[in-house]
Amino acid sequence: MKLRLLSLYPDQMNIYADRGNILFLQHRCEWRGIEFEVTRCGPGERFDPAGFDLLYMGGGQDRDQKAVASDLNQTKQQAMRAAKDDGAAILAVCGGYQLLGESYELEGETIEGLGLVDLKTVREPGPRLIGPVAIEVDLDGEPKVLAGFENHGGRTRLGDCSPLGKVIHGHGNNGEDGFEGVKEDNLIGTYLHGPLLPKNAWLADHLIATGLEHHHGERPDLEPLEDSLENAAHAAALAAARNG
Amino acid sequence: MIRVKAWIARLVGRLSRATGKGGGTTLPGRVLLKLDQDAIGKLGAGLGDGSTLISATNGKTTTASMLATVLASAGRHPIHNRAGSNMTWGVATALAEQGGSEGLFEVDEAWLPQVADQLGPHTILLGNLFRDQLDRYGETEALADAWAELARRSAGKTSFVLNADDPLIADIGNSSGEGTIYFGIEDETQALAELQHAHDAKLCRVCGHELTYDRAFVGHLGHYHCESCGMRRPEPEVAASSVTLKGMSGLTATIHSPEGDFALELPLPGLYNLYNALGAIATARQLGIPVADAVASLASMKAVFGRVERIEVGDVTLSILLIKNPAGANEVIRTLSLEPAPIDLWIALNDRIADGRDVSWIWDADFEMLAERLDRVTCTGTRASELALRLKYAGWPAEKTAVVDDPEVALDQALATADGQLFALPTYTALLDLRNLLADRGNTERYWEG
Repeated sequence: MKLRLLSLYPDQMNIYADRGNILFLQHRCEWRGIEFEVTRCGPGERFDPAGFDLLYMGGGQDRDQKAVASDLNQTKQQAMRAAKDDGAAILAVCGGYQLLGESYELEGETIEGLGLVDLKTVREPGPRLIGPVAIEVDLDGEPKVLAGFENHGGRTRLGDCSPLGKVIHGHGNNGEDGFEGVKEDNLIGTYLHGPLLPKNAWLADHLIATGLEHHHGERPDLEPLEDSLENAAHAAALAAARNG
Repeated sequence: MIRVKAWIARLVGRLSRATGKGGGTTLPGRVLLKLDQDAIGKLGAGLGDGSTLISATNGKTTTASMLATVLASAGRHPIHNRAGSNMTWGVATALAEQGGSEGLFEVDEAWLPQVADQLGPHTILLGNLFRDQLDRYGETEALADAWAELARRSAGKTSFVLNADDPLIADIGNSSGEGTIYFGIEDETQALAELQHAHDAKLCRVCGHELTYDRAFVGHLGHYHCESCGMRRPEPEVAASSVTLKGMSGLTATIHSPEGDFALELPLPGLYNLYNALGAIATARQLGIPVADAVASLASMKAVFGRVERIEVGDVTLSILLIKNPAGANEVIRTLSLEPAPIDLWIALNDRIADGRDVSWIWDADFEMLAERLDRVTCTGTRASELALRLKYAGWPAEKTAVVDDPEVALDQALATADGQLFALPTYTALLDLRNLLADRGNTERYWEG
């Protein structure tokens, strides 16, 4: 079996240790004998949507993010849509999440996003939403918890699409409606970094299974791993969110 | 009036220390600022010879300590927040408690503009900007913007001493006007094999085009230019070449300056400390100290509080190296990788406010470089398990890592199994706790007595 990961803008969109997410996926595949292939895709580069099972994009500094927004629309928009429609898993964190939507506001300017999902990120008076966060998520009929850290100035408003989860502790999309992230088909967008996957091993395995299903046509039963440290790290992140 | 308020603040500090409550480096300043929010400006106005401010993501305390050593050799003893308490209350504490005609203050990156506006310093040294505690400081670009704004409104009043090798810092020279001087490293043999992952200065500050790096020495510090607008690294007035790194015991280099070339022997390790030394030498020159004298004084430099300190604990030499962000941690890792393997580690990750609540940075630090050189690893602190997890995914077997939540128990375990030498890598609040613990046990003095 083989999982083909596309890492979008690894040099620009990496501000919250996003490589930790990729490293985590890589080891968990390799320990199970699953071949893991990473392809980097940067500014000006195009990709073949049929060639990838899991697409990852992290967050960046404002200036990098602005340049990436315009490059995404120029060189990758059609491929991103095709990958989503074809059922590839997509994980976008923080700035990457904002760019999936219709638009986001930056320093009084409205920047056009990819428009893959019906959401907008706007600026409103008030502080940045910063702190440890925990949300309840139901991806496969069984509610589970994601714990992480959020740090965003933008407020994300969902249109005709579903949130990823309900906020248990922290702010979420906009600090008001109690929801966090977005989920549509196999696309997940979220503000949770920290990085997200190492402290939520179950989500990493969910993404691996979804990616393998996309590649091989059948959802595999992943071999369990020795996860005591992973579980302890999750518990510590959750405790940090609980204590505020 | 301000003298009376300062007296009250001093009294509070003395009481706090006498009763063993601690907090002696910040409490008087907090009290003073409560009594008078302009206290820093008012007390600063009394400094006949003005003040020098130092800021950077990494190396503030060490650089200020270097400059203090150099000034002391010239018989100058500035008011100095030497314990590294570098928010407004730390500066206010030093001003309330110490006497002198000049000031030397390290200042937290986010507080620098405010402190500078109040003090009106004649010199500001800016060392570097790396990603650090994004939950507290925001993005490095935003800090660089705020510093450039400070330089614009201080032009003509304040001389800036800038690191030529950091494009975020060197760009401030476009705002600070005449009298700006630069320092940097010229030794190509010290370049990293490739740009490190945790890299924070990719775009030209002038035109936004991607920067081209000919080489990098520490993180994104190096030789760069912009192929689009022609922006280049400024020519440093004080520069180092012929660098030899000698592991934990220090380094040697040749210092070039308009006053001639001088051989530097620095008893602190790593290129990051060479940058600190260059900044101190360039600033000392600005303050009227001959380069030859500054270089000579640095040879007698002692390690400062928690920035490469060695303490004897029983028959184990405990070397303490602060880690707090990817760039700094990578330099510590690089220094450790020059030590003979196998290495015993006690490593402490806290997520308190002063550490940054967000611990994601440990995934940007290149622990992979150490994985094959480790022997026993003891992880502790409020996020010990995440640290152990990071090491597991860096290639270090989980079964050879102990996770011990209580730092004291963890230290005793690590000391008991260490083979003569133990390296302690704490984050900021873990360092304070470790230092207090060692002081309680009589292994070292309390830091405000040092």
